[in-house]
Amino acid sequence: MFPKYDVIVVGAGHAGCEAAVAAANLGSKVLLVTMNMQTIAQMSCNPAMGGVAKGQIVREIDALGGYSGIVTDHTMVQFRMLNLSKGPAMWSPRAQSDRFEFAKVWRQMLEAHPNIDFWQEMVKGLVVKDNRVKGVRTGMGLEIEAAAVVLTNGTFLNGIIHIGEKQLGGGRAGEKAATGITEQLIELGFEAGRMKTGTPPRVDGRTLDWSRMEVQPGDEQPGRFSFTETPRLTNQMPCHITYTDPKVHEVLRTGFDRSPMFNGRIQGLGPRYCPSIEDKIDRFAERDRHQLFVEPEGRDTCEIYVNGFSSSLPEDVQYKALRLIPGFENAKMFRPGYAIEYDFFPPTQLKITLETHLVKNLFFAGQINGTTGYEEAASQGLIAGMNAHLAIREEAPLVLKRSEAYIGVLVDDLVNKGTKEPYRMFTSRAEYRILLRQDNADLRLSPIAHKLGVAGMDDRMERVHTKAHAAREIERHLESMSVHPDQINGYLNQLGSAPLTQKVKLLGILLRPQIGLADLRAVLPDLHTYLGAFDEESVNLAEINMKYAGYIKKEQELVDKMSRLEEVNLHDNLDYGGLKSLSAEAREKLTRMKPRTIGQASRISGVSPADISVLLVHLGR
Amino acid sequence: MQLSTLTDTIVAQATAPGTAAIAVIRVSGSNAIELVNSVFRGKDLRLQPSHTVHFGRILAPDGSVLDEVLVSLFRNPSSYTGEDTLEISCHGSPYIVRQCMQLFVSRGARPAGPGEFTLRAFLNGKLDLSQAEAVADLIAADSAAAHQVAMQQMRGGFSKKIQTLRGQLLDFASLIELELDFSEEDVSFANRDQLRQLIRDLMGTLDPLIESFALGNVLKHGVSTVIAGRPNAGKSTLLNALLQEDRAIVSDIAGTTRDTIEEVLHINGIPFRLIDTAGIREAQDQIEAIGVEKTLQKIAESALLLYVFDVVATSPEEVRQDLRKLLRPDLHVLVLANKMDLNPYTRFEHYFPEGDNPGVTPEQWIPVAAIHDMNIPYLKEQLQQSVVSQQVQSGDTIVSNIRHYDALCKARESLTDVAQGLDQGITSDFIAMDIRRALAWLGEITGDISTEDLLGNIFGKFCIGK
Repeated sequence: MFPKYDVIVVGAGHAGCEAAVAAANLGSKVLLVTMNMQTIAQMSCNPAMGGVAKGQIVREIDALGGYSGIVTDHTMVQFRMLNLSKGPAMWSPRAQSDRFEFAKVWRQMLEAHPNIDFWQEMVKGLVVKDNRVKGVRTGMGLEIEAAAVVLTNGTFLNGIIHIGEKQLGGGRAGEKAATGITEQLIELGFEAGRMKTGTPPRVDGRTLDWSRMEVQPGDEQPGRFSFTETPRLTNQMPCHITYTDPKVHEVLRTGFDRSPMFNGRIQGLGPRYCPSIEDKIDRFAERDRHQLFVEPEGRDTCEIYVNGFSSSLPEDVQYKALRLIPGFENAKMFRPGYAIEYDFFPPTQLKITLETHLVKNLFFAGQINGTTGYEEAASQGLIAGMNAHLAIREEAPLVLKRSEAYIGVLVDDLVNKGTKEPYRMFTSRAEYRILLRQDNADLRLSPIAHKLGVAGMDDRMERVHTKAHAAREIERHLESMSVHPDQINGYLNQLGSAPLTQKVKLLGILLRPQIGLADLRAVLPDLHTYLGAFDEESVNLAEINMKYAGYIKKEQELVDKMSRLEEVNLHDNLDYGGLKSLSAEAREKLTRMKPRTIGQASRISGVSPADISVLLVHLGR
Repeated sequence: MQLSTLTDTIVAQATAPGTAAIAVIRVSGSNAIELVNSVFRGKDLRLQPSHTVHFGRILAPDGSVLDEVLVSLFRNPSSYTGEDTLEISCHGSPYIVRQCMQLFVSRGARPAGPGEFTLRAFLNGKLDLSQAEAVADLIAADSAAAHQVAMQQMRGGFSKKIQTLRGQLLDFASLIELELDFSEEDVSFANRDQLRQLIRDLMGTLDPLIESFALGNVLKHGVSTVIAGRPNAGKSTLLNALLQEDRAIVSDIAGTTRDTIEEVLHINGIPFRLIDTAGIREAQDQIEAIGVEKTLQKIAESALLLYVFDVVATSPEEVRQDLRKLLRPDLHVLVLANKMDLNPYTRFEHYFPEGDNPGVTPEQWIPVAAIHDMNIPYLKEQLQQSVVSQQVQSGDTIVSNIRHYDALCKARESLTDVAQGLDQGITSDFIAMDIRRALAWLGEITGDISTEDLLGNIFGKFCIGK
């Protein structure tokens, strides 16, 4: 019934969809297996993509040829560039999505791909021979053959949903859990753990009093995630902000004795940065209010997502507390919030390619690796999908460096340090964040995807070249063109910036604090005309390159310093046990985790700088 | 040893520490030639071929001549380390060596860690594995103890103060990261004025530490060295022997020196402030009583004590009695058995038998005959050695290790960048970059920090997350 596939992807969430596309766009024949084809690319939690650090990841996915950015651009209802008051590395795109449209467009794009087939059924196990994966086994007992398998099971592996004292088996509200895979993997020698996450109640937008909330509109000039020509967003929807108060907290506390969080029924560790509302009022008792974002789920529905009110308290307590929130006095609930516990596999069992150490050609991506977030999942899917394709053909894998991409930081952190709580990306996790900006993701990554042969990258590369070339031209223009005191002193006086006494190069003025290219354009008509010939992205890039040159250079120097370690390779068969000078912990961890480079080894927790020196000594050069 | 630094330029003394006719300082790394050339007056080293020797002068920042030296130049790959390497043969005074080292460090060289030259030699294919094994062991042993030693070496509650301030800086770093990563949420922002104040506090703590850098301090103020003993033990004769001039009034009448006398003695560039004192005994008159009082006070203020006794006139019981009064934990003492010419068979064991020793070791025992200059050169050597080996630290010395000195200077540099950024209204992501750098340098002394520390701090203290 089935041909032999190159890659089978199990699960069709954000990780699974990107994995399927990534392998397919490199030329692999892919089968996407999902328990329910009606729920492909579901936004199980927040109807939004991007945000600080996450927005950068979506841009990176797009630059590498993934589809998350394109789908988001087609289906968003609001766009905001966050952190504009900070430096350019902090600017982070965020979109409010239409949940239904998002899933629909993703499915359309997958269906349009000739290399992707679909099968709807639960995968119960893997076919493994001689420590090599050969395919999957389904609930009906079918065996489907493939050279590589990517597992993206999300929260479905032995998922248990908690609402107050009720416990339901399930991977998502109203959907059943997946069983069998965890048990088989443990038998194969994998270590499994348990994690927890949660989601807030959904309410009926027709019953809310919007006049009692603050409005949060989108940007006047909405941007986009994709570097391709996706449509510009028009007709944005607003979000709203409201707050809890002591009365709400009081009601919530009445449910604490029935909370699975507090009575010990939930054992999995939840993310500290995405706490439930009961966790917030318990841990931060001194705060008398917490902010809530009231977000639309789509254009054609009155369903509303109450961001910030994630809860696993009994549904009646959630309901009573909700109705005390300003604007929610008459709120009707569509469904209560819940907590969900699921199996994950500590990602230190993976190679930096996301292939498992134990089973060849078996890859993991997404929440199964202990991460949280659509963007984190999608980016792992892309890496796993590409590497599955490359592994089958025994080609060099795709490994992004920490200095190249947030995705590189993410994967490197996961496989070297592991994670105890659901891992989310923050800009502070990246040591080179000045370099990892959303505006230059295409320059950083598209050439890599192009070199790998990802379909459709030729056009993109042309755009990258044009953009880089234009930016250089603009930089040269500002370096060479001078400005006369008469032209600009009026403006400088206004700013309180020292006036010019003689002609000065434009670059010199741009480097002054608080002066941007937009300001100069406003007072220098010639410059405005000149820049008008270039597109906005190139002008932005040029400005950042010039204005932050000092910091960019400092960081680039750090990267260069570290690069020597990143380039020293370690062989998988290196006998760490024989290196007496290594600490016992380093011997054990290096043997188990088999880092690819000295740089990677240096980031494994428990491997000290002294151990690295010892390794270098033994490696020789 | 930092990982990021496998090709930067390192410097260390290649010969054994201590006084010798010459000392060799080795500088190795990609920037070594440029760096040495920048303080060298002689031929342009950048233009010289490998394996050549050049005479010239090393110039201090103020343009004065630090020393006349011979520079041996070895170009990559034909050197011990396989990198560009220079070996500077200077005069063998610890003072000159340290001054040169400090100069190179100020020009961008990093004090080498133990075994680091050899590590590089191995990395560049210059050594075989058995040699490398030894180096690996050395490195492993060193870094395990490094931070502990660093903290121990900082005396006077400074380590605690640095840790406290670093903790506060970490809090600020967290607050700023919070602004960056959670700007959308209902969080309070870092107070810039408080951050400025904290930077000032930190600088205020770092400055005296940097100032106190042991050798610099010793050189600036001299080592206060008290000569004490019973009347007529030969203290003034000893002083004269050391200074080789008749400075103190010398006579056979006990109690001749009634006031304290200060003289500066230079041994290989290290200044010792020698303080001759009135003899310690039950004073016979008022004036003498004041003198004795002063003596005890001077000893209390000093770092180094030369206790002198007359091997003929003073009994072992009296010597032990005196020393029990004078010994202090932070006072380095040399016991000078004077007038050895009159009793050549005097031995350490006679004076300090097992079971009745106030805490004097044989190394501290120096027999001399001041009047004949007997053993005076050896005494000078021991004086110098006590400074070089850091047994003697002047009162307000806190930092004595050049690597810590280096880290403190770099931390101060980064903090200056933070302060400047704040004044110029730079956005917080760039400020965070400099704060992180400052934390990393402080971490060189107090132990490292990681992103997890920052995030842990954030999650522990602030209610964030939707």
